[in-house]
Amino acid sequence: MATAVIETLDPKSRAASRGMSDIAIRNLFIIPTIAFLIIFNIFPLLYSLGYSFTDFRASTNAPANFVGLQNYRELLNDPFIWTNFSITAKYVIVSVTGQVVVGFGVALLLNRDIPFKGLITTLLLLPMMLSMAVVGLFWKLLYDPSFGIINHVLGLGTFEWLSNADMALYAVAITDIWMWSPFVMLLSLAGLSAVPKHLYEAAAIDRAGSLYTFFRITLPLVAPILMIAIIFRTMEAFKTFDLAYILTSQPTTEVISIRLYKMAFQEWQTGRSSALAYIVLIMILAITNIYVKYLNKVKER
Amino acid sequence: MTQIELSGVQKWFGAVQVIKDLNLKIEDNEFIVLLGQSGCGKTTTLRAVAGLETIDEGDILIDGKAVQHLKAADRDIAMVFQSFSLYPHMTVYENIAFPLRATRMNRADTDKSVREVAKVLRITDLLDRRPSALSGGDMQRVAIGRALVRRPKAMLMDEPIGALDAKLREEMRAEIKRLHVKQGSTTIYVTHDQIEAMSLADRIVIMHEGVLQQVGSPEEVYQHPQNLFVAQFVGSPVMNVANASVSESAGKASVTAEGATQGFPFPNELLAKLNGSAGKPLSLGIRPEGVIVAHEAADGFVPAVAHIIEPLGSYDIVDLKFGEHMLRARTRSGFVAGPGAQVFARLDPTQTHFFDAASGQSLGVRL
Repeated sequence: MATAVIETLDPKSRAASRGMSDIAIRNLFIIPTIAFLIIFNIFPLLYSLGYSFTDFRASTNAPANFVGLQNYRELLNDPFIWTNFSITAKYVIVSVTGQVVVGFGVALLLNRDIPFKGLITTLLLLPMMLSMAVVGLFWKLLYDPSFGIINHVLGLGTFEWLSNADMALYAVAITDIWMWSPFVMLLSLAGLSAVPKHLYEAAAIDRAGSLYTFFRITLPLVAPILMIAIIFRTMEAFKTFDLAYILTSQPTTEVISIRLYKMAFQEWQTGRSSALAYIVLIMILAITNIYVKYLNKVKER
Repeated sequence: MTQIELSGVQKWFGAVQVIKDLNLKIEDNEFIVLLGQSGCGKTTTLRAVAGLETIDEGDILIDGKAVQHLKAADRDIAMVFQSFSLYPHMTVYENIAFPLRATRMNRADTDKSVREVAKVLRITDLLDRRPSALSGGDMQRVAIGRALVRRPKAMLMDEPIGALDAKLREEMRAEIKRLHVKQGSTTIYVTHDQIEAMSLADRIVIMHEGVLQQVGSPEEVYQHPQNLFVAQFVGSPVMNVANASVSESAGKASVTAEGATQGFPFPNELLAKLNGSAGKPLSLGIRPEGVIVAHEAADGFVPAVAHIIEPLGSYDIVDLKFGEHMLRARTRSGFVAGPGAQVFARLDPTQTHFFDAASGQSLGVRL
């Protein structure tokens, strides 16, 4: 028997005695949320779509002129923007790969009977719960060339992590990996513990070695949930702003959202930055779609 | 050519002993069924042979070689699980090929072996499907195929058809028997279903609370149960068991069940055979088909009243009341008209068993 999704209001309840119907209560809960969403998310989204076709600058009183697709055309032909995109792509690949390798690896280590498993798991999740800004600020201290603990431990002397143009992006990625590997670990752990134990027993009886079992049984069965982790982390990495902005200001770490921020709030090119924001949105949607397609294919089996 | 021997096997789960000093020798090509209620240790025994469970004491010998310290993979034994344990992300073909690919068999030989096994099991047209698209019976065929494909030393089956519906179970039972006859490999089969055990086994091993109760051919176990547990576990409908006393009057032996008004006459040799256990409380055991029912009073027959009749198609099970005592009898269908009918019954001495009521052990009286 299916359970009713909407329970009827108990006629003796306080809400009923105040003369409220089921529908009134439903509206009381839902309308504020919907209003909030419309005012702060959907309206700006559509409004900025409108701005992206104009030369509007929020810093002047000059009226916005409709310029058609000019903003999009110029942005897509701008080699500097493409540099920003390639920096972002590099960052996404390094950071997400790192998170998946570290997160899934730790999950594999944790997916067995070890003492204090719950405590260890909880402790490992801590980085994820910190604020981005805090993480950025104290990793800046850790990376410090003269008194940072990382150089001290690794014996690197006064190695410049954040002001070295080649290293800075990797330094940001390492911080991101430290912070978000636990997320991949958590999802992987859920996936790993969902693989039925009897399949491993069957594989043992079938004389499969541990590597063969891992690649033919474990990995394919965890793949769907691992894909979900990858989707989330790719989307997040693609729009990284705070970590990179706080840690360093190298041109080689100017990911697309930093460029977008500068364009919108330092150069006040409101119309053009709206167009750029839309280009980024479409790209993220496209990438996510590829993943989702693959995820559905994996889930079919 | 595989013999499996268990000697002095003991196994604890924490403080609970699940296998108690188990000794068993399984001959080459023999089909052995471990029979018992859930929790009796039969599955644990099977898993110990497979290498999925460690044992605390004793030896497991395969072809005379102790294997209790070897990993499952090194014992060269195949197993069919109750939950089928098919790899859900692989096709039927890949599932069956898995044990061969895992040991790096070349492609051509793998393909040949898989197709051969599929043909034997009649699942050739299912090879491209995934397990989720199969019926229960076909899943089980695939699981058996995966076990057969590498020609293991021995096959272990853990309630392989327990999850199927009644009709399919019967079909698969026949199929497993056919396969065993055709392929002939040493097989250990675990079940709680005594009909399955009777129909498949060369020898049945009955276990109860971790203790081996009796080992024997289906006929032996059915006709000469060694104790009350075996007597009541094997056979359907269940054997009648009652506390009884044996008496002698006017040179004639008779057996009176507790609560019955009149004793059943028995051949006099019973008295001599029971001599050793004179005075001990006895249990009388008789299968429903050993209770012979007649309409007319005759010599040796005792009057009884029919109480409940269960028509089962090919025969009826009739509850007969002898005073306070009840006996279940098996009759031709429709033989007893209805509840309350007056009938006469006697016990077939050759089918009557006597047990020591205290220990439950059979007294070994064969008439």
